[in-house]
Amino acid sequence: MSLTAGVDIGSLTTKAVVVRDGRMAGAAVLRSGVDSAGIAEKALQEALEQAGAGAESLDGIVATGYGRIRVPFAQRRVTEITCHARGIYHLWPEVRTVIDIGGQDSKVILLDAGGKVRDFVMNEKCAAGTGRFLEVMAGALDVPVEEMGAFSQQAGQGASISSMCTVFAESEVVSLVAEGRPVAEIIRGLHNAVAQRVVAMAQRVGWEEPVAMTGGVAKNPGVVKSLEETLGTSIRVPPDPQIIGALGAALLAIG
Amino acid sequence: MSDTYREMWRELNMDLEKHDVFLGTLPVAFGEVFLRQDNRPAGMAYFDNALAEAHGGRIQEILAGKKAGRMVAGTFCVFAPEELVFAVDGISIGLCGGAQFTVPTGEQVLPRNLCPLIKSAMGFKLDRICPYFQAVDFLIGETTCDGKKKTWEILNEYVPTYVMELPQKKGAADLVLWEGEIHRLKEEIERRSGREITADRLASGIKMANARRDALARLYRARRADPVPISGKDALLISQLAFFDDPERFTAQVNSLCDELEERIARGEGVTRKGAPRILVTGTPMALPYWKLHHLVETAGAVIVGEETCTGTRYFAGRVAEDGQTVEDQVKDLARRLTAINCACFTPNKDRVEDILRLVRDARADGAIYFSLQFCQPFGVEGRLVERALQEAGVPVLRLESDYSEEDAAQLKTRIEAFLEMIAS
Repeated sequence: MSLTAGVDIGSLTTKAVVVRDGRMAGAAVLRSGVDSAGIAEKALQEALEQAGAGAESLDGIVATGYGRIRVPFAQRRVTEITCHARGIYHLWPEVRTVIDIGGQDSKVILLDAGGKVRDFVMNEKCAAGTGRFLEVMAGALDVPVEEMGAFSQQAGQGASISSMCTVFAESEVVSLVAEGRPVAEIIRGLHNAVAQRVVAMAQRVGWEEPVAMTGGVAKNPGVVKSLEETLGTSIRVPPDPQIIGALGAALLAIG
Repeated sequence: MSDTYREMWRELNMDLEKHDVFLGTLPVAFGEVFLRQDNRPAGMAYFDNALAEAHGGRIQEILAGKKAGRMVAGTFCVFAPEELVFAVDGISIGLCGGAQFTVPTGEQVLPRNLCPLIKSAMGFKLDRICPYFQAVDFLIGETTCDGKKKTWEILNEYVPTYVMELPQKKGAADLVLWEGEIHRLKEEIERRSGREITADRLASGIKMANARRDALARLYRARRADPVPISGKDALLISQLAFFDDPERFTAQVNSLCDELEERIARGEGVTRKGAPRILVTGTPMALPYWKLHHLVETAGAVIVGEETCTGTRYFAGRVAEDGQTVEDQVKDLARRLTAINCACFTPNKDRVEDILRLVRDARADGAIYFSLQFCQPFGVEGRLVERALQEAGVPVLRLESDYSEEDAAQLKTRIEAFLEMIAS
């Protein structure tokens, strides 16, 4: 019997997954904060409780995400790119492209038949096309970020958003509101803009089918739909896309 | 800092307060990046000291030379024919342009969306914190990119800037143009120094520059060994100092370091374990004191085994023929160096791809990092072709774009570590 854990400290959320004998036994998602080690420990505790196990019975812990160096109790640190690939390979070994949109960056990862990372590409140093971008825009529109997906699906078409810079796009959104454009259309426009940005990255790295999506933004069906339309293919989204990095980390902690 | 240096800086009309703040940040950065490395070669002590004295002892030396009538020329580019400066016993120095510290000042007169190298260099002049900028008689600029070309016009308001027109192709007509440009620079240098450039004097200038190229090429050959006898960071520091140091002393020191490295290789001794992931860096120059990429890569457990950059192989590419009998022939030989340096300012620039593939093979690199400073159009655009060629040759490649700020360090670190995980798996 083996019991391992993965902890993924992202810029917005901290995730923990416990894996028993190669199967997920517990998971937790908490908001990231200043005390990243403390929050990581709390997330791990929650995941362990779900799994009905104690920390002392863990065989290994792998940390990933931006805060991976700040997890004192992890034995090993692996980047979220390798972890997301591993997590998706566990769920769907046939997937060849993973689109991961997290809080502060977006990535497109190519996998080979054995689930190894073949190539990857990440956004440059700004929040364009990330969860943070959508969060700022949700704030500007006074719409809860988790409702953006439902909102956008009410729109027949998307407003055109020309800037992908979080700062400029925000003022663009404000002017669209002032012009009286329906909020649903603006949100759909924002989703299209994120999709275009990410698809450009996918083209650059040479994406292949089947495609899966991970990260918090995958919980927004509006972005998934825009991505599917832009790519011209269907995208698989796991039931809890936010925890795939932590799941991959827990799997990498085995042996 | 000693009072002598302060007096010297004051005489150079430097902004002493700002300069103190700037220098104050360097020992910490240097300690973190360099001094914590394991098993550094003993020969690095000279270069550590050269860096420590870059604004002190070396400036004293240059000013003493100036007092004795030696001309001081500042350069920005590996195409500047320093041989002509050496021929009149002049002093040639590369200029500062690798620090975030001066970028905001540079942006007071230059657009923000311009490469940090140009903005930083301009900022060093405006802030008056680079003693080299203050000590030079004139600058030799060139038209390698639009950003630099237009910046010279503004910089010329602060310090005389002579501009050479660097061709953008490598055909016969381009060589004729470049040869003419070298002749015109020769006249300018003769006028400024009051000395005639004879065939004998130019021959010794060529020999001096070649000796430095040979020493650096030898250093790069030593880096092919596994385990590698010297870190990429140390090799980069040496390349950066090549622009500032006295060429003959520098050459002797690089050669004696190479003696040590070759002994290390014979003993199988290195700065990393055998089999550590080996990375070739290719792209834009890394001016002093820019060490960010090398530090991130080497802290992640890999080692950089070569730089196909202007602070790397492009600096010492193109040995100049030493058998020219007349100044006319020698200038032709100097001009020919143009064809040996594969800078992204040329079109087409297919030989650069060949250079990179050869360096990957020679240095036994496991992967390449294509590094481009933000807003560098030539290297940014050319990245696509290089990336594809490397992929076709089965060489893993990571493309990175960054500037001198530290704010993207965490993102770069993730990419670099993921790249190393990919190579290792």
